[in-house]
Amino acid sequence: MTISRKDLLNMRDLSAAEVNTILDTAESMEEIIYRDVKKLPTLKGKSIINLFYEPSTRTRSSFELAGKYLGADMVNMNANVSSIKKGETLIDTARTLEAMGVDMIIIRHPVSGAPGLLAKSVNARVLNAGDGCHAHPTQALLDMYTMRKKFKSFEGLNVVILGDIAHSRVARSNIWGLIKMGAKVTLCAPNTLLPVEIKKMGVNVTSSLEDALQFADVMMALRVQFERQDESFFPSSREYAKYYGLNKEKLKHAKDSLMIMHPGPINRGIEISPEVYDSENSVIDEQVTGGVAIRMALLYLMGGEYDEAQNS
Amino acid sequence: MKPKILNNVRIVDPSSSADFVGSVVIEKGRIKEINEGTEVNKDSTEYEVYNLEGKVLAPGFIDMHVHLREPGFEAKETIESGTKAAVKGGFTSVCAMPNTDPPADKAATVKYIIEKAKEADNCHVLPIGCITKERKGEKIAEYGELKESGVVGLSDDGDTVMNSLVMRRSLEYAKNYDLPVLTHCEDEALVSKGQINEGYYSTILGLKGMPNEAEDIIVDRDIKLAALTGARLHICHISTREGVELIRKAKDKGLLVTAEVCPHHFSLTHEAVVSFDTSTKVKPPLRSEDDVEAIIEGLKDGIFDIIASDHAPHARHEKEVEYDYAPFGISGIETALPVTFTYLYHQKSLSLEQIIEKYTVNPAKALGLNIPSIEVGAVADLTVIDLDETKEVIKEDLTSIGKNNPYIGKELKGWPVMTMVEGEIKYIDEEVNKNAKD
Ligand SMILES: [Zn+2]
Repeated sequence: MTISRKDLLNMRDLSAAEVNTILDTAESMEEIIYRDVKKLPTLKGKSIINLFYEPSTRTRSSFELAGKYLGADMVNMNANVSSIKKGETLIDTARTLEAMGVDMIIIRHPVSGAPGLLAKSVNARVLNAGDGCHAHPTQALLDMYTMRKKFKSFEGLNVVILGDIAHSRVARSNIWGLIKMGAKVTLCAPNTLLPVEIKKMGVNVTSSLEDALQFADVMMALRVQFERQDESFFPSSREYAKYYGLNKEKLKHAKDSLMIMHPGPINRGIEISPEVYDSENSVIDEQVTGGVAIRMALLYLMGGEYDEAQNS
Repeated sequence: MKPKILNNVRIVDPSSSADFVGSVVIEKGRIKEINEGTEVNKDSTEYEVYNLEGKVLAPGFIDMHVHLREPGFEAKETIESGTKAAVKGGFTSVCAMPNTDPPADKAATVKYIIEKAKEADNCHVLPIGCITKERKGEKIAEYGELKESGVVGLSDDGDTVMNSLVMRRSLEYAKNYDLPVLTHCEDEALVSKGQINEGYYSTILGLKGMPNEAEDIIVDRDIKLAALTGARLHICHISTREGVELIRKAKDKGLLVTAEVCPHHFSLTHEAVVSFDTSTKVKPPLRSEDDVEAIIEGLKDGIFDIIASDHAPHARHEKEVEYDYAPFGISGIETALPVTFTYLYHQKSLSLEQIIEKYTVNPAKALGLNIPSIEVGAVADLTVIDLDETKEVIKEDLTSIGKNNPYIGKELKGWPVMTMVEGEIKYIDEEVNKNAKD
């Protein structure tokens, strides 16, 4: 089985069938993670580069382990330090990697659309590991994987995405993916963190966490992207935590079965209080395991040679 | 230089409301004879004769908003390459914006530009001087000396004069010299680090948006300052519905306000950014469907006097980067006319005469120049158009150094096929040249 596209750039392009294939494949991959000897020969002889223009220990190691479990040769390239300072452009880097015979490139980049630019410049397959405020498809897939495990189906599932929607590629990718699969998505944030015309994506919007909590099956809190905020989007983290942070008190309004998620890393005590993090509603650690499974599934599904003909 | 005869051509001259098929004889850089209906037969050893049947002859087109990049940014464009692109685009005159390095805030720089344009000898270059010294937005430049050295207007284009008092003084002082002030309208703080229009596409693409209001606030402010000072204000590249309304009201009040719109703002919407193609990155940004509709209405109603390309070429390596890192601008002088004919003429939004007016008579009026016309004795600055020619825009065909053009790969209908400056053919389409010579 393969995915009949050269690159994985965003969730918007994926069909519901492709999403199901990826999630199903991840299920069989997860079993490998719990084995004593975690090694499959599937991608033996394939070389994969983790090209990270933004630091991210979590996503990078998740891809790295996924690749290694499948037998690929994985190389990490931390591009902030080396190339940019020497004035090398993304396209220069692409050409260099191409010349080295790389099969797949996993890219994380601070600018929206950068993985697409890379994909156009190389024959290697490109996997987007997060670009600007645009897309983070593998995160959305692992979130959906975690949800599907518990709820079995997305049909009618009430998912609330809470917090810094404006700067969140995780939110955007989850919205595309979840809506495609039949879930109901509600965004909850102060108005300054809600981008314009977001409703056109097919979501509901509220600024009241209390309202959102009442009907939510899933509450996905986002990381407040302090590093992206050079403008004043809210007055202080103290005020944010008071009105939009998840704590025990606020969860009184929620269903007992509420699933609490967070893409990490967490600003502790701001987005989620420590006791909520440790409560049985929280699946934040499961998300991490699901992350490796999803990335194994994707590397597996996209590991073959890409044949233009099969897509036409 | 041999005298020339243009035979069997449709002569359209808005300055005299002329529209007839005839022939024109050109000698010593001027129009010598105009004949209605009849073909001129003269000794072809002495005359160069062109049969231009089915083509339109118009007064020379003026592009009043062009970045020639020289001095300072010769990797993007030079006066030589930019004017060569201009004549290929059908223009006989271009205004050179002053955001060069050094900026055209002093007579010496203006003289340099004029000198270079003479050397290039492609088309007329009309320099625009800076509103403020070093384009810093703080102190107004020496308008008297700038005018003496040859500027036809003032602008800090690329930046807005954010200090309202400085803008007021600029308008007052420019009035002394009867120079129009050309304003680039963008509230810097509100635009912030915006990359594209703020709307659905900025949201789904995760690119920072620029709201319409960032433009509208300054348009409103500058119109109010024009009313306060009684000066001549020219508003550059309007892209919003509200902008159209503000200018409409200003004109109703009888203020000395003119306004221009760029071809990309009536032919493309922000949807074009979906590809993350950096040639769609421009200021003001490509706006919504609703704004585009309003812009076309404004063109029909005459709210926009002028169409100008805002030709902003960039070097290839500058645009072949991630969207946020690319500079703003479209290299549009060679596609301005075909885009206009495709999207306004063939879609029946504007008549041919209206379009020609917006590229000839109206920019000349806004700049206080002689009105271009086709009459005996007039300077033979002429543009010939084939309204039916359909051609794909091909990157390699572009003469400008800047290949940052969002129409590459698109088919456009209606192309300039001959450009004549002071009686000399500066550009002629190969096919036309082959077929036209008797
Ligand atoms: Zn401008």
